Amino acid sequence: MMPPSVILMLIFFICCSTGGEIAMTYGMKQVGEPGSFRPKALLQFVGRAVGNGWVMFAVPLLAASFYSLLVLLSWAPLSVVIPASAFNYVVGTFGAKYLLREQVSPKRWMGVIMVCIGVTLVLLT
Amino acid sequence: MSHERRLRVKTLVMVLLMVVCANLGDLMLKRGMLQIGAVQITPSGIWLALLSTIHNATIWLGILFLLGFTFCYMTAVSWADYSYVMPAGAFGYAVQTMLAVVILHEVVTTRRWLGVVLIVVGVLLVGQTHPSTTGPKASS
Repeated sequence: MMPPSVILMLIFFICCSTGGEIAMTYGMKQVGEPGSFRPKALLQFVGRAVGNGWVMFAVPLLAASFYSLLVLLSWAPLSVVIPASAFNYVVGTFGAKYLLREQVSPKRWMGVIMVCIGVTLVLLT
Repeated sequence: MSHERRLRVKTLVMVLLMVVCANLGDLMLKRGMLQIGAVQITPSGIWLALLSTIHNATIWLGILFLLGFTFCYMTAVSWADYSYVMPAGAFGYAVQTMLAVVILHEVVTTRRWLGVVLIVVGVLLVGQTHPSTTGPKASS
């Protein structure tokens, strides 16, 4: 049985990681894609992204997820941390479906679950 | 070129750039930290490591590649679904294993190969779905 502190940190890591990426995607959808790939248009695109509240909200969440991962790696064995980290693919897809209103077809779900298991197998060897 | 084909091509290009930048960034950081040597976990050791990383060109190159990864990721999700870009980015783990075998001649376990196959098939399945399901021209 995992100590409650590890379980709480795992929940915190998954919430920060998925929350940060969902917020980043939501913000970038508001920013819109770059008009072209010329330097001036790309600079304007970066400027719009930096000025977006959701993108700026995502940055500390992603930083917190990075540091909580480091803490988890020092608290729990790799065999616990890596599957939890790969589980982000599944939680992220739920977030995309219910928060970002993306249409996740059964084929995409199947792909996400295969990637989740595959990443766990690759990182645990 | 049709709208859907154009969307697929530019998303694929961004995901490939993400994978290249992330792998090169990690490689440069690893190489830079090997040049610096093992960090001593004492206040003076950490301060010395910080100064060494600031003056190490390979570390800066690694940071530049990781910034490139962030830029490509942000650009990709500005038009494509998060649930499309996120699993597609996992293709990098498969590329890392291929590079380890081809360049470093590492021996890869059966379990890891099984993981690579699952990632590749999973990414191919996700790749067959529509990259954007929330925009005005989205279709399921």
